[in-house]
Amino acid sequence: MAVETAEGVGALVEEKYRTCPETGLRVYAQAETLIKANAVVAIVFLAVGGFFGLLVALTRWPAVHILPAEWFYLVLTAHGAAVLLFWIIFFEIAILYFASAVLLNCRLATPRFAWLAFALMVLGALVATVAVLQGESSVMFTSYVPMKAAPHFYLGLILFAVGALIGCFVFFGTLVIAKEEATYEGSIPLVTFGALTAAIIAIFTIASGAIILIPTFLWSIGYISEIDSLTYKLVWWGMGHSSQQINVSAHVAVWYLIAALVLGAKPLSEKVSRTAFLLYILFLQLACAHHMLAEPGISAEWKVFNTSYAMYLAVLGSMIHGMSIPGAIESAQRRHGFNRGMFEWLRKAPWGNPAFAGMFLSLIMFGFLGGISGVVLGTEQINLLMHNTLYVPGHFHATVVAGTTLAFMAVTYLVVPLIFRKEIIWKGLAKWQPYLFGIGVAGTSLFMMGAGTLGVSRRHWDMGFTDAPVSFDYPGTAYLMMGLNGVFAVLATIGGLLYVLIVVGSVFFGKPRTAEAIAASPTIPAGAAKVAASYGSEEHPKLPGTLVLVTIFFVSFVLYYFINWKFLSEVWPLS
Amino acid sequence: MAEEAQGAPAGGRPVRVPVMQRLLDNPFLLLFLGVVVPTVFYLIWGIVEVANIPIAQ
Repeated sequence: MAVETAEGVGALVEEKYRTCPETGLRVYAQAETLIKANAVVAIVFLAVGGFFGLLVALTRWPAVHILPAEWFYLVLTAHGAAVLLFWIIFFEIAILYFASAVLLNCRLATPRFAWLAFALMVLGALVATVAVLQGESSVMFTSYVPMKAAPHFYLGLILFAVGALIGCFVFFGTLVIAKEEATYEGSIPLVTFGALTAAIIAIFTIASGAIILIPTFLWSIGYISEIDSLTYKLVWWGMGHSSQQINVSAHVAVWYLIAALVLGAKPLSEKVSRTAFLLYILFLQLACAHHMLAEPGISAEWKVFNTSYAMYLAVLGSMIHGMSIPGAIESAQRRHGFNRGMFEWLRKAPWGNPAFAGMFLSLIMFGFLGGISGVVLGTEQINLLMHNTLYVPGHFHATVVAGTTLAFMAVTYLVVPLIFRKEIIWKGLAKWQPYLFGIGVAGTSLFMMGAGTLGVSRRHWDMGFTDAPVSFDYPGTAYLMMGLNGVFAVLATIGGLLYVLIVVGSVFFGKPRTAEAIAASPTIPAGAAKVAASYGSEEHPKLPGTLVLVTIFFVSFVLYYFINWKFLSEVWPLS
Repeated sequence: MAEEAQGAPAGGRPVRVPVMQRLLDNPFLLLFLGVVVPTVFYLIWGIVEVANIPIAQ
């Protein structure tokens, strides 16, 4: 048996770590490689899923209507799986490893299991994608029974989910290691706490998926004779909607991270921000219930408790983050001397830095478009106005694409220099990328919500209902909105394509971040990483600008909410 | 910082860490709550609702 000396062990340990010259954080080699692997696969699925998304938008553009019906449903299914599940969850696993091993300065727990998780996720994603492309699984993202997909579609999703579950347990194991080895003091950093919230919601999500997808797989191969369609829908949304709540928690953590790394912004109050995450942990998943609001067999008590009571506590959490993050930015900017007037801090923010621009656009669009429309959809009465219309994809493109995807794109502009240690290429184009993508997605979200308010069906291939036995005409405005949706989808695709080209180009062809390059143009200001990796609140913040922004948000929220009640009164006259 | 700031000995006498802080610092208790609350209120209660729908004659 080999006897290792203390020096030998020390050298072995040091080999496994590097100290980042920009952040000063100790980075465990296995964690870094896993972060890279998960992020790269995520971006591949974003590229593939984004292409499918463009085809969907061009088909829904009445003047273009590019795909035949059978291809439309196939492509729609592939788009949903590739971007709503695979892109986002691969990237989230990368965030979990970053927020645990890197921010807590420790080794990653069981790297072999992390690689097993990665292998299962890749295998599952490929199997499910192949099943969809083979044409026998065009069941769309929701895959409602009794529509039956090929067995390997369900099997692929199950393998992917098992892999993601293992990834979550690796994250929890890393928290335990960091605590035992005392690599941090006191409480975990807020960004890690946000990642913890995402991991907790992920475990409920994956458990719900297992409860329903395993029997559905057995049904697809003939071992079970029937799956009750309402039970399927109920449990499936425990996975389908909660998976989007993982995104919310993860992208809020990313907002705090970017604000800290780019500006050295500390949260206004650690305790309040953590309490807001606690509200997510307890109540955010209950918003799944808004998909069941039009089901006649389920009681009003269940619907009202889960949406109009519990969900509002999660919304309260989002509103706390919505004030805390711009407040932290204002406070940091004022600390840096941008004190003139109400908004100098905002005017002189680093809008040319794609990490900051993407984060702030994501914050604004998530709040104004995704957040407000989410509350409207979660209200039982006004939900009836737009249930299962294009309003629903409009809402979730505002949350998941404008919110999560844009935030993840933004943080990539920090991940490439700090983790891949490469210069960003095409810096001029990179400055514009978040704006192109953000404006494109904001347009698609708004126009889909507009068309949905006019009643355009969520899933139908042809809004003109050509050859239908009973004809139906939507108003001309609905056609205009679907045309504009197509135009903005093209803009978003250009922004998305730019992101993929810049990131892939930087990783493979970017100049290495040498000591000279770091000294000449540091990615983050000195001391910023310490803010992200430690506990601490802003002292004596003054926030007049943030208070104005929050007031504008509340006025918009109240106006839009009550406008929908007026719409409802017109649809369903009481006199 | 939390332990030192909120739970460190002050003059040799340990300071009691507030319950809320202990909750927020316990990832496994948070995991338990984050799984149990939606399981009870959304899944179990929802399945009971579906199971109570009368079967058509």
